Amino acid sequence: MVIDWVFIVEKLALISGVLALSLGVAMYSTWGERKVAAIIQDRRGPNRAGFMGLLQPLADGGKLFFKEEIIPTNSHRFLFILGPSVAMLVACMTSAVIPWGDVLTIAGRQIPLQVADINIGILYIFGVVSLGVYGIMLGGWASNNKFSLLASVRAASQIISYELALGLSLIALLMFTGSLSLKDIVEQQRHGLWNIVYQPLGFIIFLVCAFAECNRTPFDLPEAENELNGGYHLEYSSMKLGFYLFAEYINMFISSALMASLYFGGYSFPGMDSLGLAPNLVTILGFVALFIKILLFLFFFMWVRWTIPRFRYDQLMRLGWNIMIPLALVNMLITGAIILARQ
Amino acid sequence: MSTQQIIFLVLSAISLASAMGVILSKNPVTSVLCLILTFFTIAGHYVMLNAQFLAVVHIIVYAGAIMVLFLFVIMLMNLNADVEPQKRNWLKYAGAISGGTLLVIMVAALRDASMPSLQGGATEIGLIANLGKTLFHEYVVPFEVSSVLFLSAMVGAVVIGKKED
Repeated sequence: MVIDWVFIVEKLALISGVLALSLGVAMYSTWGERKVAAIIQDRRGPNRAGFMGLLQPLADGGKLFFKEEIIPTNSHRFLFILGPSVAMLVACMTSAVIPWGDVLTIAGRQIPLQVADINIGILYIFGVVSLGVYGIMLGGWASNNKFSLLASVRAASQIISYELALGLSLIALLMFTGSLSLKDIVEQQRHGLWNIVYQPLGFIIFLVCAFAECNRTPFDLPEAENELNGGYHLEYSSMKLGFYLFAEYINMFISSALMASLYFGGYSFPGMDSLGLAPNLVTILGFVALFIKILLFLFFFMWVRWTIPRFRYDQLMRLGWNIMIPLALVNMLITGAIILARQ
Repeated sequence: MSTQQIIFLVLSAISLASAMGVILSKNPVTSVLCLILTFFTIAGHYVMLNAQFLAVVHIIVYAGAIMVLFLFVIMLMNLNADVEPQKRNWLKYAGAISGGTLLVIMVAALRDASMPSLQGGATEIGLIANLGKTLFHEYVVPFEVSSVLFLSAMVGAVVIGKKED
């Protein structure tokens, strides 16, 4: 058997690139979040470290690294460390199936800018999302603190509830596209209209559920500081706390990339095929287009956080079970009826 | 050894070790985590059999949903090794004897069993398009009947869970 070393090197480079990109974006999302908050609240935001406070994330990261590592005496030591690690790992795993761009041709080799184009891409995402709850649950339980446990139970029930509506909205999408591969879905949108035109209701459901899955305001009950003293990461300090906070930003980045790919054409942009430029240049432009879409979604996440107050817990559950799931089912029925009518 | 064999051996070793971990660990939470790891390795075996759909659904349903509920219950009950009721000695002996008998019977039954090896050809049935076509063409009725079964189970759970007014 001949091992294709170039293939392995190529994939390794791609994986490292995607990972570095997610971490970099997550890092600067903290800066972006504070700047957006500042603009919305009519303040200046971070502006001391570097030009416009651009070095602030580095300073924050350094601070987190040099803080004291505290592991509570009565905690379950192994699980206490495992919690943030799982949160971080799961957050990074989804990026494997997202198509970051079309094919690059370097020295005669076709390099698709996607780590793995599997024919179950959407299901893979769904599987990874359903694992996201473990990091929070393990951390909250292992801390051996009532508030952490309460917060992690809240988080788990919230994530499970909104997963259902998320899955149902995805089913409507894939009934329409007829493919579970993200690459296929993006290619279809490249040659036709974006899916948002066909699935507006599905997109809104997906968006709301993405907010809930990322534990973002207005669904950030797992870290409701005024009732739970801080949430599931109450006992955490130093970089373990940093991992939890970081995982949230990576999740935001990946959900934005997903929404852009599933509903807003991914790396395609209008007039992409009629520019008459070199294919490699078009691919790079496509990547830039995807990135702009992602940044717009990230801004939307932050905008909502600093505009809308937090839900009460029973309101959150009622919204999830009594509104989101029936809406997603209705959306599925409508999609099915339209597909049937057009046949 | 081919790459497939190496992957198979590593996966099997991890799944056996984690399955042992489920029953040997004193802490119920560790048991659940070992079980989740076992599910992952089994999903890996499904991928090796070219049944990607089954692998992903296995992870979504078992690792993603059922085990979360398990973990939920165990964490809220806060079971620990020291509050676990002490089992009587004769129970342990009875368990060991009946387990040993079962082992003898299994060995006796499997000793002469012929095990024809499966044809090693690649099948495509595990891929989602083929699986969907097979399920909805050849096995429509059993498929729909099983979905009714699930629905009745759900209704039953709701009825049991509903508070008496």
